[in-house]
Amino acid sequence: MSESRELLLVRYGEIGLKGKNRSHFVSALVKNLQKALERVDCDAEVSHRFGRVYVEWTRGDREAIYGVVASTFGVVSFSPAVRVPLDQEAMCRAAEEAFRSAREGRTVKTFKVEARRSEKAFPLTSMEINRAVGGYVLRRHRDISVDVHDPDVTLNIEVRSEGILIYSRVIPGPGGLPVGTSSKAMLLLSGGIDSPVAGWYALKRGIALEAVHFHSFPFTSERSLQKVRDLCQVLAGYAGPIPLHVVHFTEVQRAIQQQVPSSFRITVMRRFMFRIATALAEARGALALVTGESVGQVASQTLESMRAIGEVTSLPVLRPLVGFDKHEIVTDARRIGSYELSILPYEDCCTIFVPENPQTRPKLERVRKVEEPLDVDALVEEAVGRTELEIIEPPRTFASVL
Amino acid sequence: MQGIYLDHAATTPVRPEVVAAIQECFTVHFGNPSSPHAVGLAAEAAVRRAREQVAAAAGVSRDEVVFTSGGTEANNLALRGAARTVRRGGGTLLCSAIEHPSVLETVRALQDEGFSVRQIPVDRSGAVRLDQLAELVDANTRLVSVAYVNNEIGAVQDIAEVVRTVRQINPDAVIHTDAVQALGKLPLAPWAWGVDLVSLSAHKIGGPKGVGALLVRRGTRLVPLLTGGEQEAGLRSGTENVPGIVGFGLAAELAAAEMDDLARRLGRLRRRVVELVQERLPVAQVLGPPLAEAAPHIVNLALPGVKGEVMVRLLSEAGVYVSTGSACSAKKRVQSHVIASLGVADELKEASLRISLGRETTEEDVERAAEEIVRAYEELVQWRR
Repeated sequence: MSESRELLLVRYGEIGLKGKNRSHFVSALVKNLQKALERVDCDAEVSHRFGRVYVEWTRGDREAIYGVVASTFGVVSFSPAVRVPLDQEAMCRAAEEAFRSAREGRTVKTFKVEARRSEKAFPLTSMEINRAVGGYVLRRHRDISVDVHDPDVTLNIEVRSEGILIYSRVIPGPGGLPVGTSSKAMLLLSGGIDSPVAGWYALKRGIALEAVHFHSFPFTSERSLQKVRDLCQVLAGYAGPIPLHVVHFTEVQRAIQQQVPSSFRITVMRRFMFRIATALAEARGALALVTGESVGQVASQTLESMRAIGEVTSLPVLRPLVGFDKHEIVTDARRIGSYELSILPYEDCCTIFVPENPQTRPKLERVRKVEEPLDVDALVEEAVGRTELEIIEPPRTFASVL
Repeated sequence: MQGIYLDHAATTPVRPEVVAAIQECFTVHFGNPSSPHAVGLAAEAAVRRAREQVAAAAGVSRDEVVFTSGGTEANNLALRGAARTVRRGGGTLLCSAIEHPSVLETVRALQDEGFSVRQIPVDRSGAVRLDQLAELVDANTRLVSVAYVNNEIGAVQDIAEVVRTVRQINPDAVIHTDAVQALGKLPLAPWAWGVDLVSLSAHKIGGPKGVGALLVRRGTRLVPLLTGGEQEAGLRSGTENVPGIVGFGLAAELAAAEMDDLARRLGRLRRRVVELVQERLPVAQVLGPPLAEAAPHIVNLALPGVKGEVMVRLLSEAGVYVSTGSACSAKKRVQSHVIASLGVADELKEASLRISLGRETTEEDVERAAEEIVRAYEELVQWRR
């Protein structure tokens, strides 16, 4: 816990480019940050002044606050900063302190000062600030030298009308757009590696999410459902609370098992998942489906298969992973924090009904034909009716970003 | 939890009288047995009493009981402790193919330390092949570990015969038996059989989790796993888990006193549940030893055509709690190494249910359980096509 006032300077790149929508995006970012910071026991306040977003607090766990900012979409990067009045002596002293803490615990041989002056009333120019602060620091640290090309530490000094900001560290954020600025979609969330990553990329584009999971008790276990909740919670860490729709899928699977030839079961099963997800999306005001599919990754993820499955929904189907290789998805899953959960070996819907020889390139006409004996509308209606809604809250702890 | 609990080989409810005894240790006799004052001495006396109780239940002397954190630690102390009395790479370690993971994985770890390791195969009933054992033992054999009762199929080994077979060839080999599933169900006479080390656990007999013991026959050399305050005659440093030890002592005493009646009753109930299921489902097959030869509380029933884990979930929903494989392997998605060692057909391997009975089990319980097993099977078998 810190006693003195702390400050983060938050940068938002892309949303700065959005022209007249800009104020809408910035206020969404401020609101999302403020909301996410409520999960931390602190008095942090988020403000927007002169094209900059600031997070300021006097009471709170610094690591947790950094963790929140580092996982909020729309944040390109952020810097722990100090703000001093427009005064040369105060600036030099604060810059020297910032340098001292920047060299703590590591080997620092070189540095440079990088000043920017937007407040032209300040008596020194940028070059003069560089010299003044550089000299001040050098006099107090005899073992270092200036290197303007590849310094170990860069002391940034921004002279603005509301004061002078000093910082040396730049911590990356996830980028993207603030969640909620791009409407809402329904994520098909399995217990696998791919779908949480797909959800993350949807969130990154500012899409708010609800998730739907197909549970086939007793063929899938309570533990596998818990794993899905845990994965959903990982996403909630980036998005805030996420509604999770748990569909009791066993009756649909039973009908498929009894009336559809083995090689078409996966295709027909996926069609039912899309139909049910679409019905839920429409009821909840979601405008698209999001899936973790990627072309050619497993035998059934062919364009033929996607076409046969996608036919049953009128909603756009977003497949953010379509351009990724498996190892790229795994790398992302690790970074996002879902990988360790995803590889827990509880069965999900797809792995339990795998037939010996699935149709990898199902013909649309055949799929429609094999589905004929099923009372599709009644099955969908029944499954939707038995769906349970849970709200998955974000975790209360944060991975260290330091 | 309401329902019918038939998973006593995984763990048992703690007996109310044991709970009361433990409670007292948390609040009244909370002392550290190493403290020189009266509070410490009272705790020391409580541990001594528990040591006597466990010793009496197992048929050994008081000073041969080393309390541990449970069966896993007892097995680790036995194997690592005995193996490390010789220099690196000193000899061969033998264990049966159906040992508990806490033996199999420990032996595997010792292999990395330079010991050579061999597994003793079992026959279809789960009995250790003594002829194979005789071939595996030689002058380099350092250690042999064979569980008295197997936790998944209830197979009971003739430990005295194992000892005879080993010692005929190598009189110096150290012999260990994991008797965690046997305590309170079958008589123990470890020193008469000729073993050197015996593992026990409290929570399989109505005691608390987190406490067990290794019985160490006098004169057996062991290197401790933990260094510190040299508690438990230097073999297990760390302040004694007084509440756990006291609970273990009482549970062991009660279990020993009730053993004959309990074994008879459980044997009868176990036969009843198997018969009731087989009457309605003739495909149901007992895996492992014939019932008459098995430990009285465990049976492994294969129901070909359904997956054991799916059965377990459906039964759980109906309020009947059984297991598939051992609880430890149920989370990993692997076939039971025990069932695999029996050489049974593939369709049986995935279809096995372990039913294990305990003190609280009633006639009505097994009748209802049998009914639910039949019902669950009939529901699931429809899914086959």
